[in-house]
Amino acid sequence: MSSIPKEHDYIGLSEAPSMEKISDKLSSSSSTLSTEENINSKSSSTSLNLKETELRLGLPGSQSPERKLILPAAGVSLFGKDIDTNSTNGYPLGPLKNLVSGVKRGFSDAIVGSSGKWVFSGSNGSEVDLGKGAILFSPRGDNGNSQKSCVAGPAKKDDVAQSPKPVLEKNSQVAAANENSSAPAAKAQVVGWPPIRSFRKNTMASSLVKNNEDVEGKSGYGCLYVKVSMDGAPYLRKVDLKTYNNYLDLSSALEKMFSCFTIGQCGSHGLRGQDGLTESRLKDILHGSEYVLTYEDKDGDWMLVGDVPWEIEPYVF
Amino acid sequence: MGPNPKMRKEFFDSTRSSPFPDEVLERVLSLLKSHKDRSAVSLVCKDWYNAESWSRAHVFIGNCYSVSPEIVARRFPRVKSVTLKGKPRFSDFNLVPENWGADVHPWLVVFAAKYPFLEELRLKRMAVSDESLEFLAINFPNFKVLSLLSCDGFSTDGLAAIATHCKNLTQLDIHENGIDDKSGSWLSCFPENFTSLEVLNFANLNTDVNFDALERLVSRCKSLKVLKASKSISLEHLQRLLVCAPQLIELGTGSLMPELTACQYAQLENAFNQLKNLSTLSGLWEASAPYLPVLYPACTNLTFLNLSYAFLQSHELESLLCQCPHLRRLWVLDTVGDKGLEAVGSNCPLLEELRVFPADPFDEEVIHGVTEAGFLAVSYGCRRLHYVLYFCRQMTNAAVATIVQNCPDFTHFRLCIMNPGQPDYVTNEPMDEAFGAVVRTCTKLQRLSVSGLLTDLTFEYIGQYAKNLETLSVAFAGSSDRGMQCMLEGCPKLRKLEIRDCPFGNAALLSGLEKYESMRSLWMSACNVTMNGCRLLAREMPRLNVEVMKDDGSDDSQADKVYVYRSVVGPRRDAPPCVLTLSGL
Repeated sequence: MSSIPKEHDYIGLSEAPSMEKISDKLSSSSSTLSTEENINSKSSSTSLNLKETELRLGLPGSQSPERKLILPAAGVSLFGKDIDTNSTNGYPLGPLKNLVSGVKRGFSDAIVGSSGKWVFSGSNGSEVDLGKGAILFSPRGDNGNSQKSCVAGPAKKDDVAQSPKPVLEKNSQVAAANENSSAPAAKAQVVGWPPIRSFRKNTMASSLVKNNEDVEGKSGYGCLYVKVSMDGAPYLRKVDLKTYNNYLDLSSALEKMFSCFTIGQCGSHGLRGQDGLTESRLKDILHGSEYVLTYEDKDGDWMLVGDVPWEIEPYVF
Repeated sequence: MGPNPKMRKEFFDSTRSSPFPDEVLERVLSLLKSHKDRSAVSLVCKDWYNAESWSRAHVFIGNCYSVSPEIVARRFPRVKSVTLKGKPRFSDFNLVPENWGADVHPWLVVFAAKYPFLEELRLKRMAVSDESLEFLAINFPNFKVLSLLSCDGFSTDGLAAIATHCKNLTQLDIHENGIDDKSGSWLSCFPENFTSLEVLNFANLNTDVNFDALERLVSRCKSLKVLKASKSISLEHLQRLLVCAPQLIELGTGSLMPELTACQYAQLENAFNQLKNLSTLSGLWEASAPYLPVLYPACTNLTFLNLSYAFLQSHELESLLCQCPHLRRLWVLDTVGDKGLEAVGSNCPLLEELRVFPADPFDEEVIHGVTEAGFLAVSYGCRRLHYVLYFCRQMTNAAVATIVQNCPDFTHFRLCIMNPGQPDYVTNEPMDEAFGAVVRTCTKLQRLSVSGLLTDLTFEYIGQYAKNLETLSVAFAGSSDRGMQCMLEGCPKLRKLEIRDCPFGNAALLSGLEKYESMRSLWMSACNVTMNGCRLLAREMPRLNVEVMKDDGSDDSQADKVYVYRSVVGPRRDAPPCVLTLSGL
């Protein structure tokens, strides 16, 4: 189990007990402790030892090289607006920039089609049973474990803290899934399978190349997946930026996606519902402030989403 | 007394089996179009056979090696239209060597002599050379319709010959062929006084055609109903073409790459607005979101939308589908995802046919695409669905069972789970129950393609329930010979069976001894059949042609690829060295 720096405070959503379970399971794998030097370098002074708290899923023994490969490491995260990482109340506060970008940058490695690690099936938001080997999430390098130690505050928060069961379960099946998905080069292509006519194959092949070139080689065929994490959420989501037409759409979609992590939503997640709370906007439950979207750009700076015109946005990401 | 009894007696005493004069019978039979009906009619009696033969104008030959052109010409003296199919279907997937055969030339030579007034020729999977095309163009003065689908061996020079010489051409349909695309100048070969074209499909080609020539052609062919352009035609060009041909019923656009000014965009929108009769829309290469709305005005009457070369996202598809309330047939890429298919379910209540192609079928790491969820969503919304081709990376038995419950009228069910031998991803069980549900529920099923992890149980189900099944494709499936036996013993209407990479051996092959003559053909590759098994089959069934192709480096005794088909003309004489013709004689 990794050490748990105490300075960590983020909304203790789910992290506490659940994350602990996860880390137990992960303890055997060195990859869970994989490091991203560049992450650490971006950490602010308040940052924790990300290396040790970062929960990663990957092949046993892997050093998660993918992280390094994916450039720019841009992503979107939802943070409480006023974040003070030094606060002991369990909520991330203070300037975004300080927000240990490194850790938060857990999201949004734009998916490169060839990255076998982030096996992602569909965009259903439901908790995924990884036992099926279908889905892997890369949780934000997280401070999850630290929650327990510094969680304080209103009762609700505790509820929140206990919320969803761990959906991230590293086990051999996952590893196996990884294995299968990341050993493509070795597997020979079967002649004539899948059964697609040569004309179509050739046409698609040239179109794919074109698409890839267009989007700086980051997307498979016009898809641009980025990981999104919400501060304190037990797991991340992935969204295809191409499915949105503007920032408003993206923001609403993310709101919906993460709304279950706010107080008053998602009875199924074990959160105690709050009567009359129909507000769907994500709110920092302690401070009542809304979440904002941020991303980390190529330079490692945390940027507020929305400044760059939407059309150019794929190139930023 | 009533009618003269003597006269009546004479009438009924006649040696004719038919009470009608030949001319009347022929007239009646000439109204029959379906070749299956005609075949049935011809079996009634000699008179009907003759009358049918004389009245047949269109002949369909499903396997060019099952009969010879001389026999065809002898039986049907007044044919105007011929449809000819050649290579086994798996040649589409590179499983058949290029020089395998199915050369159209010998047919053309006979036709030139016997059917000089031939008007229509439709070829599928035939080997067609430029010389043949030129021969065709020169020797048939009334020639009107040429359709080439999945053929190969010719170049744009051959098309130039057609354009140059066929003065009465009404249809030129070049579709998914292996063409040597040398230049676009063929299109300029249509004479300036040539105006009869009704169908022009050159979507297959990539090289630039002379646009001015094309524009002039489209302008002067007032009866043009179908225009399917190639990728080389830009949006600006398209706009000019549409202005010339607002009467189009089927349109295949060129490339939709963004490159228009606002003014040009408005003009294009206008042009699409004029297309009031459009029922089919295809092409849309490199379709990009900003330009899709330009199509909307033309979508109101669409019944067939082919987006299978457009990398669309779910929301783009949805916006487009909202414009097409009468859609019956939809082809898409799996980039639209399950969400896009939900939109299909919501917006296309009249949908009858859905094909979902994989955008990136060979990249195993790609995790996009569609799943069982998308198919389910469609089945809930589109109850009239009867034709599906679905490429996916995961499926469950439960989903398929629900799907066919929602849509029991499937006639064509082609499901391709792209990873060979993949089980139900939820239960980890074989997909037997899925296909069991399909054959049990869909009593009208004519065509079935199976995939995923399958045991012999699937084939037991198929044999037991698929009473109307005519075409069956099997890959990476089955556990033993019994699987194939079930198929052969069970499906009474089976005509085409194609099998690859299955553990079926000689016993399985030979269990169909009695069956193959009632079928068009059997294909078996990468199974466990040996040369001896094939020889035995050939010996027992002399009216079957048994052909074996061996892979490089394989065991001498293995029959790597086996193609068995009935024929009235015996083993073919044009087989290349790689094809071993086993004769029982």
